[in-house]
Amino acid sequence: MTRWTPDPTFYPSPRDALAAPAEQLAYVAAFDRSATRPDAIVVLDTDPASGAYGKVVGWTDLPHTGDELHHFGWNACSSALCPTAPHPHVERRYLIVPGLRSSRLYVLDTKDDPRSPKLVKEIPAEELAGKAGYSRPHTVHCGPDGIYVSALGGASAEGPGGIAVLDHTTFDVRGAWEHDRGDQFFAYDFWWHLTRDVLVSSEWGTPSMIENGIDPELLVGRRYGHRLHFWDLAKRTLVQTVDLGDQYQMPLELRPAHDPRREYGFVCVVTSVEDLSASVWVWHRENGQFAVTKVIDIPAEPAAAADLPPALQPFGAVPPLITDIDLSVDDRFLYVSCWGTGELKQFDVSDPFHPRETGSIRLGGVTGRVAHPASPTERLAGGPQMVEISRDGSRVYVTNSLYGSWDDQFYPDGVGAWMAKIDVDAGAGGMTLDERFFPHGDDFRGLRVHQTRLQGGDASSDSYCFP
Amino acid sequence: MTGGQLAALAALGAFHGLNPAMGWLFAVARGMQERSRTVLLASLPPIAAGHLASVAIVAAVVSATESAVAGNTVAIAGGVVLVGFGLWRLLSARHFRWAGMRLSQPQLAGWSFLMSSAHGAGLMLLPVLATTRSGTGPHMAHAVAAAPSGALTGLLAAGAHTVAMFAVMGACAVIVYEFVGLSVLRRAWFNVDRLWAAVLVAAGALTIALTA
Repeated sequence: MTRWTPDPTFYPSPRDALAAPAEQLAYVAAFDRSATRPDAIVVLDTDPASGAYGKVVGWTDLPHTGDELHHFGWNACSSALCPTAPHPHVERRYLIVPGLRSSRLYVLDTKDDPRSPKLVKEIPAEELAGKAGYSRPHTVHCGPDGIYVSALGGASAEGPGGIAVLDHTTFDVRGAWEHDRGDQFFAYDFWWHLTRDVLVSSEWGTPSMIENGIDPELLVGRRYGHRLHFWDLAKRTLVQTVDLGDQYQMPLELRPAHDPRREYGFVCVVTSVEDLSASVWVWHRENGQFAVTKVIDIPAEPAAAADLPPALQPFGAVPPLITDIDLSVDDRFLYVSCWGTGELKQFDVSDPFHPRETGSIRLGGVTGRVAHPASPTERLAGGPQMVEISRDGSRVYVTNSLYGSWDDQFYPDGVGAWMAKIDVDAGAGGMTLDERFFPHGDDFRGLRVHQTRLQGGDASSDSYCFP
Repeated sequence: MTGGQLAALAALGAFHGLNPAMGWLFAVARGMQERSRTVLLASLPPIAAGHLASVAIVAAVVSATESAVAGNTVAIAGGVVLVGFGLWRLLSARHFRWAGMRLSQPQLAGWSFLMSSAHGAGLMLLPVLATTRSGTGPHMAHAVAAAPSGALTGLLAAGAHTVAMFAVMGACAVIVYEFVGLSVLRRAWFNVDRLWAAVLVAAGALTIALTA
């Protein structure tokens, strides 16, 4: 499908994207932990002028059970304007939705009725395994020359995990992206500096290390991932690996600067096995080589054993567990989810090496159970987890589930389901919870909620080739 | 070559130069990335050289073959190829693949050569080439001897075409870089690919009509 003029949601530069209109709808991945009912893509009304603001206005059940929807992404975005292989007349209309547990991929069309995405293609696990050699698909990014999907596991073996490329138009699996992966084995997230021909990837663990919950023996044994990989995006070869140190377990989400002239980015580390702290690091180029520097350190919060779930009782503390971060399109504010302590922090990262905390919101938390002002008596489980920022940087959305089996360990009495919206002062910083936007509980029909994607794009969907 | 033919070649060159995918957008991106108009300007010659190479190969082969082969065989065969290629571009959903953005000057020329070839830039000149006669025309006895001068005519045509392409591409790049800004792309980036394919089909049909 092609258009006569570029898709209006594509912007040449992050500067232009800041002026994008506010999103009218948000799409959220929802999954049934018991795997007895289908997972779904849920549509929420985000237009404050609408009568249904903050309500679920659309719901697309998937045809199977047990997919465990997690992350997903748009088929095309502003990278379509990149000059080496431009294709600006494709449409941003399809959501590419992986099942993290089933290894299936779904393609949903949002064009005809944006409130009711329609399933148009299903890629079986066998196709991903057969053509790319991967399973457990995770992050989806719209690349200039295809759709890139990271995967945690190998086809029949545990690993290596890596990146598969899907065709832009047919969505067929074209194959594994890597030409030469060196000793890279663990996979998780990836993103890129398009104008520098650099791809960055992070490490979690193989399927058996995560699917039945976090394994304390592996964690204490420092066996989860603790490295970042830097690749040549054009040659598809591993160029450099940086080890953060094996006490820094699980570097997950990668948020490169949107400004194509800059070559730095942020990565969050879930936990340090030495003191249960969590951290955020900056990767940057130094004398031609990449270096990674810790810039934010958040300590564990002491707690009485009686208030802790069995998994945490031996430690007498709640680890912050930074499980997601997100960088605003102007590269000014970094949002940091502390899923264990139930806190969303906002940092001014105008100087990436010296972040300055400008806001904090508490919701849920292992011991805090902080309520939302819209429902002040309801003790919330889970914490701010997946974060998504509107293109203009004024609105932030969070959901509360991390990953099925891990939810159960940290919130054994049930993680529930809720989504919150935060208004941001995009000038000075600072965050305020929107009391009109709090879909939760039965709104999600018993499903848990994970990643949010905004209609027209958001801060973690698009990459840009022009400054 | 007549003045009219040169004008047609130049007009096609201008059309190619106008297409953001043919090079000026890449030149602007390189300039912006380094905050340097010099980088932008230095990117233009390799892009033009790649385009010239792509077009010249087609032009030389067509002109030389035509000088050597009697009658309108080349024109008609070429026209059929052109219509077919144009229809394929129009209907297929293929996607040109090239990942790298940090290219050296020779790599940039290579990129431009591949981009122009994949788009069939040289083929678009067929109606002009097929109706151009070099020297006294192909008499049977002189056919083989006429081929080199035919090729020369083709190269001349490619050169004239590329000069126009270079001028328009350079103008677009500088105007967008210095004055207009890239946000103009969001409104003004007309789907040249569809138009391009349609022009290919029309050029093929025209060639057959003019020479049959």
